Amino acid sequence: MKSRETIRVGAGAGTSDDRMVPALELAERGDIDYLVFECLAERTVSRENLARSKDPELGYSPSLHARLRMVLPTCIAKGIRIVSNMGAANPLGGARAARKEAADLGLGDVAVAVVLGDDVSSIVKHRGELTLIENGEPLESILPKMISANAYLGADVVCEALNTGAPIVLSGRVADPSLFLAPMMHEFGWTYEDLPKIAQGTAAGHLLECTASVTGGCFGWPGKKEVPDLARNGFPFADVKADGSVVIGKTPDTGGRLDVMTCTEQLIYEIHDPTAYITPDCVLDISGIALSQDTADRVRVAGAKARPATETYKVNVGYADGFIGEGEVSYGGIDAVARAKWAAQIVKERLKLQGFVYDDFRVDLIGMSSLHDQVDIRPEPYEVRLRMAGRTRNRKAAHAIGFEVRAMHMHGPGGAGGACEPRVRDVLAVKSVLLPKNLVNAQVVVEGSL
Amino acid sequence: MNVRVYDLAHARAGDKGNTSNISVICYDARHWDFLERELTPDRVADAFKHIAKGPIKRHPLRNLKAFNFVIENALGGGVTVSLAQDIHGKSLSNVMLAIELPDPEAARK
Repeated sequence: MKSRETIRVGAGAGTSDDRMVPALELAERGDIDYLVFECLAERTVSRENLARSKDPELGYSPSLHARLRMVLPTCIAKGIRIVSNMGAANPLGGARAARKEAADLGLGDVAVAVVLGDDVSSIVKHRGELTLIENGEPLESILPKMISANAYLGADVVCEALNTGAPIVLSGRVADPSLFLAPMMHEFGWTYEDLPKIAQGTAAGHLLECTASVTGGCFGWPGKKEVPDLARNGFPFADVKADGSVVIGKTPDTGGRLDVMTCTEQLIYEIHDPTAYITPDCVLDISGIALSQDTADRVRVAGAKARPATETYKVNVGYADGFIGEGEVSYGGIDAVARAKWAAQIVKERLKLQGFVYDDFRVDLIGMSSLHDQVDIRPEPYEVRLRMAGRTRNRKAAHAIGFEVRAMHMHGPGGAGGACEPRVRDVLAVKSVLLPKNLVNAQVVVEGSL
Repeated sequence: MNVRVYDLAHARAGDKGNTSNISVICYDARHWDFLERELTPDRVADAFKHIAKGPIKRHPLRNLKAFNFVIENALGGGVTVSLAQDIHGKSLSNVMLAIELPDPEAARK
């Protein structure tokens, strides 16, 4: 039986494109207290900033509508509180959209606690001397092209939002594990001084933040790592006690698997130095963690350690960096590879004849070298798909790549088929700086009545 | 006869910026010492020389029967600017698994 000695925090999304139904199953059958939707990839906030610049009501995650429409009736009926960064570049706009969804569902006036302050563009634009982590250049080198600057806020301000009692908490950029740690701090009164507990909660958040990655997604291998009923794999939750003990489980009667192997893969995922995983809440050390099978589909997590948090927030700076153009066409049968290679030479020559130049250019033979690059010893496949892509400041030059690849139908080697339409996309590049925490004004605003 | 990393361990790749991290996790803890001896950063660098400029750092995680390889300059500039199809480098764990290691004893496991 659950009591407030134990809370159950569920993972409802690990990316804005995550599958939908497992979150509903978790709300309906998972007996959870909190449902966390993590929906922001590195460049998502930049993209949503562009959306808001065209329409001031937009800029939150477009998936907010469908996700809330799906789970809100169940969550409100059961008292499951929702925590999400779907506010993206416009958490207040997202809160208005969420409240409208609730009203349209007949759920009445549902309050939303909004976390603000991650948007630090007005602060960093006066601090061109900050150093870009990726290349050591000053921030001012990209300031003229800056679209967004968002600090990865921590669990403290999300906890403050939960303290308001609002059924929904909506933020912009918050570090992924912090979204999960916040309910634990809220329920158990943990502070940043309780380092062993903060460490355990952060480790639990890291295990949950990619949803199905601990329940058999991105894992299976026929004959080697079997995953039962993967088509119906369920989403995970963490059972957390006030003393910091953590057990990871998943929705009952779902497919997939949850064991020490799946949890180990996710625990190390996207970690660099395992003794120093820096979040806004602590510096986590996973090297002493022990994972053990508790019962079927339940894994106990013990031994996480942490040092106090750093004095800075990591800030992602998004900026416009030209265009990527690409095109594809296929060759099959005798000498398929030779014809594809010849086609690539012709396209390159035609682009050069038109005077187009590219900052970066790439030729892939899909089926042969597109994932792991060219290695001479690989055998030639029966068919290959030629893919050419280039990055440039000139939109026409970007479009010309796909245009000329498509023209291989009529103006290239024999037997080309299935070219795609020319593709062009805006490049939203991201680099990062560290900003002293005392310059950032993280705060909570409540929309609606409590 | 040689043994592949695939025979002894499973792996997953993650991305941050232009850096790929690839975990190598033993099925059987008894193989950890063998992999520590044979799956050196130099050997991994050789397998990734077509893809990554490096440097490559290996973090041992004996408690988890695992290693974490951090491979810099591996993702065509990073997910936001890369021209690759697999911009996150999710498939790079399979380059790791295909590495062959010379040791007849481990192959007999």
